[in-house]
Amino acid sequence: MAQLFPKSANVHARVTILGLVVLICGAGWATSTIYWSPYTTEVDVPLQQPIPFSHKHHVTDDGIDCRYCHTSVEKSSFAGIPPTETCMTCHSQIWTDAPVLASLRESMATGKPLKWVRVNDLAGYVYFNHSMHVAKGIGCSNCHGRIDQMPLTRKAQTLYMRWCLDCHENPQKFIRPRDKVFDMAWQSPSNQLEQGQNLVSQYHVDTTGHLTNCSTCHR
Amino acid sequence: MRTRLVILFGLVLTFAACRPDMENQPKAKPLSESDFFSNQANARPIPPHTVERGGARENAAFYTGLTNGTYITQLPVKLTPELLARGQERFNAICAECHDRTGSGNGMVVQRGFPQPPSFHVDRLRNAPIGHFFDVITKGYGVMYPYATRVEPEDRWAIAAYIRALQLSHDIKGSELTPGEQQKLENKQ
Ligand code: HEC
Ligand code: HEC
Ligand code: HEC
Ligand code: HEC
Ligand code: HEC
Ligand code: HEC
Repeated sequence: MAQLFPKSANVHARVTILGLVVLICGAGWATSTIYWSPYTTEVDVPLQQPIPFSHKHHVTDDGIDCRYCHTSVEKSSFAGIPPTETCMTCHSQIWTDAPVLASLRESMATGKPLKWVRVNDLAGYVYFNHSMHVAKGIGCSNCHGRIDQMPLTRKAQTLYMRWCLDCHENPQKFIRPRDKVFDMAWQSPSNQLEQGQNLVSQYHVDTTGHLTNCSTCHR
Repeated sequence: MRTRLVILFGLVLTFAACRPDMENQPKAKPLSESDFFSNQANARPIPPHTVERGGARENAAFYTGLTNGTYITQLPVKLTPELLARGQERFNAICAECHDRTGSGNGMVVQRGFPQPPSFHVDRLRNAPIGHFFDVITKGYGVMYPYATRVEPEDRWAIAAYIRALQLSHDIKGSELTPGEQQKLENKQ
């Protein structure tokens, strides 16, 4: 009987197998690139806001503290976005005719709040709480990056579950002294692990596994 | 059978990409937009004359800085190092933008064009009763907006106490310091 497969079939088979491997790897690579790209995560993408508000100007150049505007960050679950009145504390006297602030003045006159577009927006099934993190030595910059250098506010982290867990599993890697929570330029020292371990016990951070329990964040 | 499986698999894949229902739940979060209230905000302003639970505010001196229409001259809370530390932290965070950390009235925002407030180190304010400072934070003063919604009464007293400490620290003779403190000052210079 003549040979069923010609000799070249060997090559075809090899190429097909190789091709499949390349295809599967490629698909995996493409998926992960898209998954982690700014297109999906929205990290570092500035959004269109009703007023191009600059943290760089207000925080770094004018020396305004976060708590001046985000008043509830230490005592409640949400940090709060300043009401029109807070802006007018200063802008009733300075930049009073600036066209960029026209909608601010209109909001003051009509009582309709400005519609800021959310930059960090967790899914409705996730519970988050600012005061708990701030009280235990987790700084704004751990989660929001160098806000003080942003001309337009952008997201600094993915806010994926994996990201929360990276810290909840090993808080000692990220924790800092409480008086440095609002220090945007804080960098972890070379002995972070040792110091972090001390702070974790000093601040009574839970190490019993409660922090990685599903119902801590999905409640 | 097999085609049905394929179709089912395809459907699963299709719906796996749809997840907005749980993500955008129909609940009102503190800062979310409302399509019900006329000003389009879910967070409601507190109606006038609302009394919060435990907020009868019977201690008028503590909540207004006044007794019978005159400013109180004594701090209505206990003066402790913690109170002063709290006052310092709040003052630097909320007032120093205009008044400067030293109270000179030449803060960063003033340097950018805001009307200059008076220095705290003038006789009129040195002699002002402590209730006045509480009252200024609560109701505002001239072009300075009120801070009642942003600074709680406890913190207002802490800040008032800290301003007093600032004033004392700028109005003391070298000879009134203890020898140890004088030594420290020498070393600084
Ligand atoms: C002068 C007032 C002001 C000060 C001071 C200020 N912010 Fe903001 N912040 C705003 C306003 C207004 C917005 C909403 C507009 C925007 O997102 O740019 C905002 C938005 C944000 C957001 C994004 C909110 C979202 O939509 O997810 C973060 C995070 C934030 N601020 C952190 C900080 C930190 C940290 C500091 C201190 C270093 C600070 N802010 C100081 C006014 C202020
Ligand atoms: C404590 C005082 C203060 C408060 C509160 C404040 N601003 Fe400003 N703002 C300033 C000063 C000072 C400047 C001038 C900036 C400069 O020249 O560095 C400014 C400038 C601006 C500008 C134009 C310049 C720029 O930064 O692009 C905009 C827009 C602005 N502010 C928006 C806002 C909004 C919106 C709010 C409320 C969330 C607000 N500001 C609250 C002090 C303030
Ligand atoms: C552990 C991480 C973490 C830390 C630390 C943190 N934030 Fe946030 N922040 C978030 C997340 C997550 C959101 C989005 C919350 C949501 O969607 O409900 C957020 C939202 C915000 C917002 C938008 C309004 C709101 O309340 O949801 C502001 C403003 C803000 N943060 C300011 C701050 C400031 C100022 C600090 C420092 C004192 C700080 N954050 C510290 C994670 C953090
Ligand atoms: C950089 C570190 C860090 C990150 C990032 C972080 N957390 Fe936390 N989280 C902590 C620490 C520390 C505590 C305090 C634990 C304690 O009190 O024992 C905490 C506490 C909490 C609590 C309260 C737990 C309780 O006591 O019931 C919740 C809820 C929570 N985190 C949710 C989140 C979510 C959701 C994210 C992601 C969006 C997140 N956290 C990101 C460090 C972090
Ligand atoms: C530290 C807080 C935290 C803990 C603990 C946690 N999650 Fe999550 N989870 C999140 C956040 C944040 C998201 C939102 C992710 C996003 O928007 O992509 C999420 C999303 C999810 C999703 C939706 C799928 C997705 O990735 O979008 C599922 C399912 C889920 N979590 C299950 C769990 C289970 C099961 C556990 C317990 C083993 C758990 N989570 C523990 C914070 C947490
Ligand atoms: C946006 C700038 C600004 C901020 C922030 C600010 N002030 Fe003022 N303050 C002023 C100005 C301007 C005046 C002078 C008002 C006038 O005479 O019209 C003033 C006046 C005062 C006076 C003097 C009143 C008198 O009898 O002459 C006191 C006391 C005072 N402020 C306390 C505070 C305290 C406490 C805080 C923080 C809670 C604060 N201020 C925050 C701008 C500011």
